Amino acid sequence: MWDLAAISLETARLRGAAYADARIMHLRQRDLTTKNGQVGTLAQSESIGIGVRVLANGAWGFASTDHLTREGIGACAAQAVSIAKASALAKRSDVVMAAEHTYVTSWQAPFEKDPFEIPLETQIALLLKADDAMRGVRGVTLTETGMQFRKIDSWFASSIGSRIHQRKVISGCGIGATSFAGDEIQKRSYPNSFGGQHTLEGYEMVERLDIAKHAPRIAEEAAALHTAAQCPEQVGTLILGSSQLGLQIHESVGHPIELDRVLGQEANFAGTSFLTLDQLNKLKYGSQIVNVVADARIEHGPGLGSFAFDDEGVPAQCTDIIKDGQFRGYLSNRETAHLIGLSRSSGTMRTESWNRLPIIRMTNISLLPGSWKEEDLIADTDDGIVMETNRSWSIDDRRYQFQFSTEIGWEIKGGKKTRMLKNPSYSGITTEFWNSCDAICSREYWTLWGTPNCGKGQPMQTMGTGHGAAPSRFRNVRIGTAFSKQ
Amino acid sequence: MTRSSKSAADGLSSIQDLKHLIVSVLRLGKEAGADETEVHVDEVRSALTRFANNAIHQNVAECGVTISVRTVVDGRTARVATNRTDEDSLRAAVASSLSLAHSQPKDPRLLPLPGKQRYKNVKRFLAATAKLSAADRARAVRKACDLAIKKGQVAAGIFSSGQTQTAIGNSRGLFAAYRQTQAEFSITMQESGAASWAKANTADVRGINSQALAERASRKAHLAVSPQEFTPGRYTVILEPAAVLDLVGFLFYDFAATALEDKRSCLNERMGTQLFGKNISITDDVYHPLQLGAPFDGEGMPRQKVSVVENGVAKNLVFSRASAKRAKKLPTGHGFALPNEYGEAPMNLVFSGGDSSLEEMVASTNRGLLVTRLWYIREVDPYEKVLTGMTRDGLFLVEGGKVTRAVRNFRFNQSILEMLRNVQQMTPAVRAAGEEAFEMVVPAMKISGFHFSEPTKF
Repeated sequence: MWDLAAISLETARLRGAAYADARIMHLRQRDLTTKNGQVGTLAQSESIGIGVRVLANGAWGFASTDHLTREGIGACAAQAVSIAKASALAKRSDVVMAAEHTYVTSWQAPFEKDPFEIPLETQIALLLKADDAMRGVRGVTLTETGMQFRKIDSWFASSIGSRIHQRKVISGCGIGATSFAGDEIQKRSYPNSFGGQHTLEGYEMVERLDIAKHAPRIAEEAAALHTAAQCPEQVGTLILGSSQLGLQIHESVGHPIELDRVLGQEANFAGTSFLTLDQLNKLKYGSQIVNVVADARIEHGPGLGSFAFDDEGVPAQCTDIIKDGQFRGYLSNRETAHLIGLSRSSGTMRTESWNRLPIIRMTNISLLPGSWKEEDLIADTDDGIVMETNRSWSIDDRRYQFQFSTEIGWEIKGGKKTRMLKNPSYSGITTEFWNSCDAICSREYWTLWGTPNCGKGQPMQTMGTGHGAAPSRFRNVRIGTAFSKQ
Repeated sequence: MTRSSKSAADGLSSIQDLKHLIVSVLRLGKEAGADETEVHVDEVRSALTRFANNAIHQNVAECGVTISVRTVVDGRTARVATNRTDEDSLRAAVASSLSLAHSQPKDPRLLPLPGKQRYKNVKRFLAATAKLSAADRARAVRKACDLAIKKGQVAAGIFSSGQTQTAIGNSRGLFAAYRQTQAEFSITMQESGAASWAKANTADVRGINSQALAERASRKAHLAVSPQEFTPGRYTVILEPAAVLDLVGFLFYDFAATALEDKRSCLNERMGTQLFGKNISITDDVYHPLQLGAPFDGEGMPRQKVSVVENGVAKNLVFSRASAKRAKKLPTGHGFALPNEYGEAPMNLVFSGGDSSLEEMVASTNRGLLVTRLWYIREVDPYEKVLTGMTRDGLFLVEGGKVTRAVRNFRFNQSILEMLRNVQQMTPAVRAAGEEAFEMVVPAMKISGFHFSEPTKF
């Protein structure tokens, strides 16, 4: 692979590129689903190709091809330079990149059981067992299960001499039970909605989930939601389960700290950010107990945002984003780091595939654990609502105003979880919400959730991100707005 | 397949090359012991120029091919895709597909592959689009950015162009192929913390007037400066086509026969009822002159024009071969590639529209809001089809028949079933491009009682 990458870099140099990097990527994927006791999707795919990024005449160009011959790669690199020269027709200033060291290394994300080596019969049998367990519950009208596995090899080479090979294995699994009755469709999912949990691990993660054990419970909850009380419309105390809080972090912290958004580079599509450069080190983002990091290091956990190097050849780092409630950092790359006074990128350039340009992306954006035991948090709450498992999510294009709804809620009265609530939702303004946080559970309750479907960029790229969170409490939150009949 | 050193600057493979490739893989399937084999080939050559802060900051091109093989053996089926086109890789893909198929229980409902079909000819491949170069796109972008600078504004957007083709063949002799070009220009103009937006998407780049779009976004961005916060509540709204598209795009899955079987459609127990206003009629029509897309589905069945809503009544669903058999209906050519659990969906919705103009809608409105575009739309209630999302890039007050001032963006929580019962006026339907749904043919709509729940801060 290094020979192929070298051809691209040499061609780019000869054509006039001042800098070039190349990513050869080999992606393998397996998708299994069941529906109502039958196998649904059963598919495997692989894709291999090269993407070449060049800086010529002070502007960027990128081209990609799956034609991995000397001739194909040479043509691809030449095209990238030609595109960069076209970019220079509409540039305002030359691109300047922060310095970076040269690395020659290979890294493999740790895993115990290669999911591609586990017999398909075993995987399908587990899904069908969980599916059967859900179908056995009266009132359930649709059952779905799924597993997804990916193995990604990338070979990164740059004109400053880096040669970095990385291998990642990603596993995902989840189940869902849907119940239609009267004029309502209700759904419960485990361990999370929209495909379940996804981590940078092998099949051991799927085994740990024990989906067959949880299947009857979520099926019963889906059916029971029809007769549950409607979540009231009020301003009150909210306790978020960790998976919902993970998505809250993703939308109201992870996206606004992307420096490309802040600088207007996503203004036409993903949007901009309320975190303008003057807010750094000044904005009180959250309450004193709120600490958020962007941590791509494997020590943080097997998150979808864990790696050894980003797709620009910068080592994984841990950056303080919110420290004791104060806004402390952005996600940057080699092109933008100097704009916030940094001499080095924070290492967040990531690409979906060989045919996509790396862009600034979340890594693992996590809320650090607090000190509360979950049972103490409930006991300490006189009047509140617990909300678990996301059902819908939406936030404005500068990341101020959000609204989420969840699959299920529970009323808390006098320090005890009482009745089930259906159609829970809440909304708010990002900084007001994070400043209302008065309790965060401890590491014992902390989970590093995977969000496998983050869309950004044009052409659109889908990326996996990680979000560590423990159940947390928020005060004076607007609850029930999504179902308001006003 | 013999491949030259093709890059995004070159053309697609010939249909004959694709056919040859498919025949080769079908032979490999037979040799490997498959009862039946189906092969898809998808090829893409595309490029996208992206600009922000009045300059190009990203500029990309890609070329690639995907070969996807579905084998059937002993009542079981599975799919494997690869982008390696050498014979060993294709043989390995066939073997993997068979191995996957063998690993599952037999499916008694699995249908044999369809035989030869007849297709309507559609021509959506325009040389002018295929030939568009990075320099051509850069010059258009430069002109739009120069306008922004002249107006004291900041431009961001994309100009893309590309060509794709897809071919499908199977061991029962079916073969279908389709190619199209596509170009898109989208621009956001920003001024003093406000913004507005315009976008067009078409097969023929000559139909895109990038500078007119830039001027439109520029004018509206200027109007959008200094928005005033309004009280949430129900308002008469005039939704421009992009806003309509991104809402009604959430309906398309509900017209799938499989979605009704699964009881996940908002049409459960509502077929044949007066669900929308009598002024709403919707067809799915891939042959409509403003539509794009192949005239066949994931199994190679010819797409039919289907009337899904007539005068507000949900009349018909779309069917794959499998869902049609279960419902004792004829397939409509809307199935996804097998195996899958979703069945089918209409992908080319066309609204009948009306005969008003946007100007007439504004003139007839005493008090209302003009909505340019919506953003981050998600489903809150799947049965009442309540959607939430935000207005974006230009929300304006209409008073006494005139657009008077900018309004701060609102969050909405609105049932689209209710919305389509409250449509007062429509323009003729146009090919609309948004960001939440794929392009469809929809009108601008004036709607009463649209529910805004909360404002944001800009």
